[in-house]
Amino acid sequence: MTTVPAASARRPANSALRRFLRAPSALIGLGLLALLVIGAVFAPQIAPQNPFDLAAIDVLDARMMPGSVSSGGDITYLLGTDGQGRDLFSAILYGLRTSLTVGVGSALLAGLIGILLGLIAAWSGGFIDALIMRLVDLIMSLPSILIALLMLALLGRGIGNVVLTLVLLEWAYYARTARAQALVERKRDYFEAARGLGLPTSRILLRHVLPNCLPPLLVIAALQVARAITLEATLSFLGLGAPVTQPSLGLLIANGFQFMLSGEYWISFFPGLTLLAAIVAINLVGDRLREVLDPRALK
Amino acid sequence: MTAPLLEVRNLRTRFRTDRGDLDAVRDVSFTLRAGETLGLVGESGSGKSVTGFSIMGLIDLPGRIIGGEILFRGQDLTKLDEEAMRRLRGNRIAMVFQDPMMTLNPVLRISTQMIETVRAHESVDEATARVRARDLLGAMGIPSPEARLDAYPHQLSGGMRQRVAIAIALINKPDLIIADEPTTALDVSIQAQILAEVQQLTRESGTALLWITHDLSVIAGIADEIAVMYAGRIVEQGSIDAVLDQPSHPYTAGLIGSLPGASTPGSMLVQIPGTTPDMVDPPLGCAFGPRCARRDDACERQPAFTESAHRLRCFHPLSGPASTAEVSA
Repeated sequence: MTTVPAASARRPANSALRRFLRAPSALIGLGLLALLVIGAVFAPQIAPQNPFDLAAIDVLDARMMPGSVSSGGDITYLLGTDGQGRDLFSAILYGLRTSLTVGVGSALLAGLIGILLGLIAAWSGGFIDALIMRLVDLIMSLPSILIALLMLALLGRGIGNVVLTLVLLEWAYYARTARAQALVERKRDYFEAARGLGLPTSRILLRHVLPNCLPPLLVIAALQVARAITLEATLSFLGLGAPVTQPSLGLLIANGFQFMLSGEYWISFFPGLTLLAAIVAINLVGDRLREVLDPRALK
Repeated sequence: MTAPLLEVRNLRTRFRTDRGDLDAVRDVSFTLRAGETLGLVGESGSGKSVTGFSIMGLIDLPGRIIGGEILFRGQDLTKLDEEAMRRLRGNRIAMVFQDPMMTLNPVLRISTQMIETVRAHESVDEATARVRARDLLGAMGIPSPEARLDAYPHQLSGGMRQRVAIAIALINKPDLIIADEPTTALDVSIQAQILAEVQQLTRESGTALLWITHDLSVIAGIADEIAVMYAGRIVEQGSIDAVLDQPSHPYTAGLIGSLPGASTPGSMLVQIPGTTPDMVDPPLGCAFGPRCARRDDACERQPAFTESAHRLRCFHPLSGPASTAEVSA
């Protein structure tokens, strides 16, 4: 019957969730991600040491092997210590916190700006559309790391500046997809019907068009979080991202880099492993989201 | 005689295409009084839907209205700006579209879509709007309307959805409803129910109805007057009885003759020979000429629309007054 395509194309959210969880890779990704997020959120409660509190750090404990006990005897350094005698496990939890905040924060902000600009482009067409989309082309055609280095060289390091830079790089991906989706939705009858009801333009765009555009945008958001975390780690590794006082995973990797060849591998290795785990988990979730939300991928 | 609610005068709507300009509506005029129902009949591409969209001000580029007036309560809609037009749409003039599967937003509840339509035009609180929505769903013959309000469109059947779409169109008590083939996608029994309900509701509220369809049997049941369109022009217009019982234009006669019920069982179905003209490059004279058995040299010119109760655009009608004048355009 004619009802079938319309009904199966848009299922209620709970059935989408059930389908999402059917894949083992998605379950692993989601579990891993949950573990990392809990670690980051409850870092102050979980971490045996506050890595930012210089008084708590003993330089005598520098570069101790994983599993060593501190000279004070009160802390077991599960993952060893770094060059300053900081507990790596604690530093990683706090670093993860910074990395995830930057990643999620920039992805959300970029999403907000990008989606809005994409909808405006699709709605207005003509000059405004061309202007926004050429800006998108410009940003997508330049290497991200180059723009990021330039921006941070100008702005200076700091979490806020990193987020700003990432937003500048990421909004274009949302804008392009939002515009393409909105142009498709524009052709649908409900759009014409909403206009026929005399609804205000803003309402048609935000309440009618936007929800219908969301599935692919959610996928992009997930993947952009991973991309932002990687980029932030790269920038911090190069010494342009997070400040020394608020080390992210990238900065932790950079700090341990000099000790790699002298055998103290753990100082870089464990932050690197955590970064890898976070990226893999987010990508697994993102890929599964795409499979579930994209009707074409179901065929 | 009261002043007409809607008066369309010499409407022309043009679409720019790669092959050249396409005049989908060329010189359409009709009037509609409050409470009246006009059936606009024609086959696909005759310009009937474009006429409806032109009145709604929903013609988007590459199309635009290039001439004529659309007087709604004395006000020319072609001269209104977008914001003034928006305030009329869904409020004083509402539209019901062909496919009920597609015209309701799949991700919004029925209640959201009905309430927002009320609140886009009137400052009432949500509870009041909700009550109005529920009552109207009930009046449209929807069982347990309160529960249906919280449903999503895909949870309703096709007939239900079209009832909802019609209820949304009716909710602000418009003066005019333009219905663009709203029952075409439904099966015949549902179609009959919905027609009866629409007829009753519009009659109670004095709402005028412009019913666009290709289905003469639907028109026969609902309209007071009928206008037959061919190639962007109205070729015959008159009271439903006059036109259906005594069609004067060869095209109208052909349409009625090609209804399956009109031929005797066992015989071949009657059809009008030929195809509709290419609208980018239409015939200079009577557009139906190439398909018409009564054509002669006179038909190389464009016949004028006669001024009478039963109006006609033909030099050689089957009955009634012939169009003796020629249109210059």
